[in-house]
Amino acid sequence: MNGAPSGGDSTAPDSAWEELVTAALLGTDRRAPARLTPGRTAPAALLDAAAVMTVRRRAGLRPARAAQRPEPAPGDPRPALPAPAAHRLTTLLADRSGGAGSGRRGSSPDLMELLPQWLATANAHGYAAPPQALPALLDAARGRTDLRPAALAFAGPRALWLARLNADWRFALRAAPGGGAALPDAEEPEAVRRLWQEGLFAERAALLGALRARTPALGRELLASTWATERAEDRLMFLDTLRTGLSDADESFLEQALGDRSRNVRATAAELLSALPGSALAARMAVRATACVALDRTGNAPAITVEAPPECDTGMERDGVVATPPAGRGERSWWLAQLVEAAPLAGWRGRLGGRTAEEIVALPVADDWQGELHAAWCRAAVRQRDAAWSRALLGPPSAPEAGGPGAVSLAERAKLLASLEPAERAAWVAGFIATHGLSEAFQLLGVCAVPWAPPLGQAVVDALNIARDAGSYPWSFSGVMGLAERCLDPAEAVRLEALLAIPDEREDFAPGAGGYWAEAFQRLVTTLRLRAAMTRELAPPAPPTESPQAATPPAEPPRAAAQPPDAAG
Amino acid sequence: MTEQGVRWTAEQVLALAPDAASRKAGSKLGAAGPWSGTGCAEGTVWGLCKGSGSRPYQTVVDLTGPAGPAYKCGCPSRKFPCKHALGLLLLWAGEDGLVPASAQPPDWAGEWLGGRRDRAGTGRARAEGGPGGGPADPEAARRRAERRAERVTAGATELEQRLVDLLRGGLAAAEQAGYGLWDETAARMVDAQAPGLAARVRELGAIPASGAGWPARLLEECALLHLLDQGWLRRDRLPDALAATVRSRLGLPASPEGPPVRDHWLVLAQYDRVDPKLTTRRIWLHGAESGRTPLLLSYGAAGRAPELSFPVGLALDAELTGYPGAGQSRAALGERFAAPAPAGFRPPGVTTAEASARYGEALRDDPWLESVPVTLGEVIPVPDGDRWQLADAGTDTALPLTRAARSRPGLWRLVALSGGAPVTVFGECGHHGFTPLTAWPEGPGEAVPLC
Repeated sequence: MNGAPSGGDSTAPDSAWEELVTAALLGTDRRAPARLTPGRTAPAALLDAAAVMTVRRRAGLRPARAAQRPEPAPGDPRPALPAPAAHRLTTLLADRSGGAGSGRRGSSPDLMELLPQWLATANAHGYAAPPQALPALLDAARGRTDLRPAALAFAGPRALWLARLNADWRFALRAAPGGGAALPDAEEPEAVRRLWQEGLFAERAALLGALRARTPALGRELLASTWATERAEDRLMFLDTLRTGLSDADESFLEQALGDRSRNVRATAAELLSALPGSALAARMAVRATACVALDRTGNAPAITVEAPPECDTGMERDGVVATPPAGRGERSWWLAQLVEAAPLAGWRGRLGGRTAEEIVALPVADDWQGELHAAWCRAAVRQRDAAWSRALLGPPSAPEAGGPGAVSLAERAKLLASLEPAERAAWVAGFIATHGLSEAFQLLGVCAVPWAPPLGQAVVDALNIARDAGSYPWSFSGVMGLAERCLDPAEAVRLEALLAIPDEREDFAPGAGGYWAEAFQRLVTTLRLRAAMTRELAPPAPPTESPQAATPPAEPPRAAAQPPDAAG
Repeated sequence: MTEQGVRWTAEQVLALAPDAASRKAGSKLGAAGPWSGTGCAEGTVWGLCKGSGSRPYQTVVDLTGPAGPAYKCGCPSRKFPCKHALGLLLLWAGEDGLVPASAQPPDWAGEWLGGRRDRAGTGRARAEGGPGGGPADPEAARRRAERRAERVTAGATELEQRLVDLLRGGLAAAEQAGYGLWDETAARMVDAQAPGLAARVRELGAIPASGAGWPARLLEECALLHLLDQGWLRRDRLPDALAATVRSRLGLPASPEGPPVRDHWLVLAQYDRVDPKLTTRRIWLHGAESGRTPLLLSYGAAGRAPELSFPVGLALDAELTGYPGAGQSRAALGERFAAPAPAGFRPPGVTTAEASARYGEALRDDPWLESVPVTLGEVIPVPDGDRWQLADAGTDTALPLTRAARSRPGLWRLVALSGGAPVTVFGECGHHGFTPLTAWPEGPGEAVPLC
């Protein structure tokens, strides 16, 4: 490159060189060089001179003047990753380029699918990302939006600094409010107020969300201070953020929002209030709902009778009841459903003869109202996160689908499960799988805590084993297999060893199915091992005060025992 | 140093992969699942990998070979190393204790390793006996060399005539002639057995399309080609070292000569240049005691990775022998005394002004030199419009990055590693600018490959 390193810094224009270039461009027939060496033709003399000047110019190159230096990246106080974990990150990110390969999955693990888990664990330990891995991390986050929050949290402040220098990574600046500037928190009331009043919508929403997570009251007060001047769609979005940290203290604000000009804002306020069983709205709804549902003791056995509300009055509408039903639904049953859904579940015990949730759900319901009533209770249990009612409505896991006492669908069951404690949830799903197998279980497994609790993991492995013995192909279960690779406790790998062998082909089997199953289990075991290694590598190093024995990795997995004894020993 | 201490890192293992697909496939096999019977001892690693068939593949890697790691695997893959060898090495590199140290390899691995060691021993014995014996027929060899020199002379003379014609008619006319003219001339130089001339001529063809300022660049390259021609035609009047440089620039065969230098050679950088027919691997080393920065070259036929492979950041205890010629950095790898181990040192850095002065001085020995290897100490990557430069932390001077370096992903690793703070950068510094190849962070930390 013509004098490149010197940039614009070169000394006086090299007129002799320019002259040579002009002569060369036009040809020596048209323009002979000024000085001719005796005994040399004009072109040869030109080349001689050019060679000398070229080497002289190159040898004389000097560095250029430095441009404006970038501001240094902000420091990252988090501790560095342990070396093995940093190497693992390199291999996980190296797999990124492959994308979703077509065809069957083979026996090796899908590394990209492990990246979310790796990032979550690294973030939980609070490690800083190795700087040289940031470009690959940002590229990964660019391609997969679901990775972005965790990847950007892990990438830290230097990634935002980097993103400002490369247009490909602009998304990182958009994702981080304020272009990456840290959000002010409750200790800086002035900064909070200024950002709230002057910030962009995304910045304000992020600020409100952050405040609600830590100091809910402060967030509410901030919203109340400008409530009257916000646009309707902004009011709706801001109101929605109050879901985080919702408490009785928010009631008066929400009650006021019931009178809002916008119907959507009113509906959201009513929904939030109904999730507060102690609120006045919940009490009003309880009165309306209990008026419609009664216990009939006249027959042989007690039963529930339902008398749907005759009209939707303005009070109901103000409390969020939508007067017009969707097409195909009777308006009275539509109103009833909304009342029951918004009424506190605790009120039913007194109304229905002091019965528990189980007993109430078991009561017969007169005149085909059962479906409507139980569905409304389900929605109420989900909204109020009521474990006792959720349990009652779920029924025993062995009951057939949509055949539980609540007669609820799988989707509703998945939502109800979310109200239960993780252990109970896992046990229920384990029971479901033991009875019904895996074909219906995908949605339910999705709500279980990771890693799966032992009974659940056992149930899934057993069910996979049964599915294999039934002779079908493993890809009928690829969804569950994929989940198991990510969610099964790595300790289960030992139990899976026995499944790795290729079983003898049987006549009733699909051709080759045994080999494919062995391959699928192989991948499962390999992935579990990899996850165990990932977790181990990310564990913080033992503090130096401990004795050397204690500092050795404590939980070397049981497979260490399966290795052959040292040949030297 | 313990056995664990000399294990490589995952990056170093992945650097051995012949292509991206192997890197990916190898990564997937770098977990315990498919492996059994693994073990390692004295720079060798072995294991059984379960594949799709009933019999597992037997995979062995020997890291101590004189020409870099050697691999053997029962799989039918034609790639070297195959994904099983990469996976095995990754498993070994991981700190899971999944590849235990073992005294004795199993028979199937020991057989191959033993055979290799024996061959290496006889090979070395033959090499030592070689110089005394000399070529089979020295007279025939001399005649062959003479014939070749005659053809090269004919080629150089023809090329001189073509350059003279070109300058007489003007470079502007050559622009209209396009590639055809140059391709034909290059083919003539191949016939003349002067591959160095052929390669330069072929590059001339691309210059007229390279944007503003092309006449000056074309004149520069034509002039240097002319200089090379003249050097060859008058080689008997040149000093011996410069004559050797001319021979090497023309692409004539040479063999390493002079006393071997034993040192701890830090692997500074390794990168491949892939042509349709040939992959050329360049490996820059830095001697801990000698302070020299020699270059190893290794070639692979199309689709194959060159045999020599050294991950960046390791150091070799080995002997190197330089090739003849003034200002030549190329060397040949001789005997290796230990398996490569992680290096605890970095090359000393210079300022940007010293780096460009070094290039200027090197041109005195070899005027055709495109760049010299340099380690810059304490420089900061700085954006300069749509270009980048490396600016001294202490002064206000900077070296611009070459156009090629600006479009590589390594640039962003360098920028990320720096974060606006000074870093140490090894690269090639020449008249096109600076090409960063490896960087070290300001504080403690491993070498980060950028190429």
